Amino acid sequence: MGQIVLEKVSKSFGETQVIPPLDLTIEDGEFAVFVGPSGCGKSTLLRLIAGLEDTTSGTVSIDGENVTEVSPSKRGLAMVFQTYALYPHMTVRKNIAFPMRMAGLSEEEQDRRIMAAAESLNLVDYLDRKPGQLSGGQRQRVAIGRAIVRNPSAFLFDEPLSNLDAALRVGMRIEISEMHARMKTTMIYVTHDQVEAMTMADKIVVLQSGVIEQVGSPLELYSAPRNLFVAGFIGSPKMNLIDGEEAAKHGAKTIGIRPEHIDVVEDGGIWMGTIGVAERLGSDTFFHVNGTGLAETLTVRALGDVALRHGDTIHLNPRADEIHRFDAQGLRVS
Amino acid sequence: MAIVAQSSKTRRIRRATLAWIVGLLFFYPIFWLVLTSFKTDADAVKPEHLLFFTPTLENYLNMTENYDYWRFATNSIITSVFATIFALAVGIPCAYAMAFNPSRATKDVLMWMLSTKMLPAAAVLYPMTFLTKSLGLFDTHFMIIVVLMLINLPIVIWMLFTYFKEIPKEIIEAGQMDGVNTWGEIKEILIPLAWGGIASTALLCFIFCWNEAYWTVRLTTTDAATLSKLIEGNRAPEGLFFGRLSAVSAAAVGPIVVLGWFCQKQLVQGLTFGAVK
Repeated sequence: MGQIVLEKVSKSFGETQVIPPLDLTIEDGEFAVFVGPSGCGKSTLLRLIAGLEDTTSGTVSIDGENVTEVSPSKRGLAMVFQTYALYPHMTVRKNIAFPMRMAGLSEEEQDRRIMAAAESLNLVDYLDRKPGQLSGGQRQRVAIGRAIVRNPSAFLFDEPLSNLDAALRVGMRIEISEMHARMKTTMIYVTHDQVEAMTMADKIVVLQSGVIEQVGSPLELYSAPRNLFVAGFIGSPKMNLIDGEEAAKHGAKTIGIRPEHIDVVEDGGIWMGTIGVAERLGSDTFFHVNGTGLAETLTVRALGDVALRHGDTIHLNPRADEIHRFDAQGLRVS
Repeated sequence: MAIVAQSSKTRRIRRATLAWIVGLLFFYPIFWLVLTSFKTDADAVKPEHLLFFTPTLENYLNMTENYDYWRFATNSIITSVFATIFALAVGIPCAYAMAFNPSRATKDVLMWMLSTKMLPAAAVLYPMTFLTKSLGLFDTHFMIIVVLMLINLPIVIWMLFTYFKEIPKEIIEAGQMDGVNTWGEIKEILIPLAWGGIASTALLCFIFCWNEAYWTVRLTTTDAATLSKLIEGNRAPEGLFFGRLSAVSAAAVGPIVVLGWFCQKQLVQGLTFGAVK
């Protein structure tokens, strides 16, 4: 079990309020991702749940039990840190055994769980090494191993992949997702990478300046962003935001359209512009279009390779049903 | 190329010469002390016997037979060891708290601790003597241990704080998440990780305790008197017996010089406050 409920939780450091009072529920077994730009308070929120920071007000409950005043060691949660935070003076085996030793598990049970974790994380050959002798990816696996052996009620991940290189990051992302599918334990994952958020989450919590901008499934956030911030933050490349006359035509202050929802046509398109940069990825081509009179540059995604070059004129047709409309406060108009 | 090699070689020789001169300059008093300790009191003051004399063990025999050297030495060991242990017992939790749970006052507290070292010892001589006597603690091991511990505590806490600061906070937090309590954090994580720093601190504290003379001389007479007191006691009113005094001094600094020799690496690390890794 691992339902986590935050009620009116706030956090201030001295005079500065980092998190204004907020409410949030993470259901048992859910994979929740806190995402937002750096300094948005996502790590602080995670640390409040972990108990590593004291709440200024409000209550944190795990499985219906108020743990606001309970020390991190007694909350039954496991955490994986960005810097791995392994114990450098202990071997991999001892690192993984540490939480079980603290919990007073028998040696046989410890060994059994260490082997099970090591096998699932490909660490069997490294059990007698010290963390200093491992690569970044292996260290992260040890940190995960140390977390899973305790059977925690929830896992907390604090940007666990940001110190890894791109290729390894994709691999670990999949491993963590598989681990969640297998264990069905509540996981809370903090990242600034919206791709990680979109690919892993059951529920995404988008934060800005300590305020929850939107909570929803990845596709809800993609198809119906509640405000301009979420619209701009979720999706890669970013949604095109257009103000002025064109927006007024749709009865909005601002309209948004994703690059993949603008079709490139031979001629007679609604919009027209000059190609600035064309990024060819093989599967897709991203055109950065200037001189449309709509926005400074308009990003357009075309499937496959399109035979248009820098300086060419491009004709575009936005899909009318994919246009998002926002009012003067930046909120979605449905 | 040849010129460059030449000049770098000259520079090396020059630097080595300078190092030797400085080294010998510092070593000379100890050399003289040891040498004098093997001379008779008469020979000790004669310049013609500076290097050439008939060596004698008279001073050392005199010291152990008439002055009970071993009792003083035992007192020095007891007071230094226990003062160091207690200083660490208080200093480790204290430095741990300040390093990993700093508050706005942490810096001020550290400065305040250090400022106690700026107080001239002579300023509190009267109250200290009065207090120890009225509490019936004058010339007791307990009193000397407490005094030695207290005067070294600021430096112990400062040093430990500097070492602990180098340990990433996440490792301690990982420990908290893994279910250890505060004592467990100190015992299982902090002490093993900062072992080198703790050893350097202990060593330095021990040396300071061993060499302390102001309070050990003034707050003891016989029962808790340390080697400092023994040296002081040989400063006879009828004039200085250089030979005897040298033997006592050599025997007092001997153990600590040997200890320092074996722990050179830790000492350098300790004195540079962890700046050299």
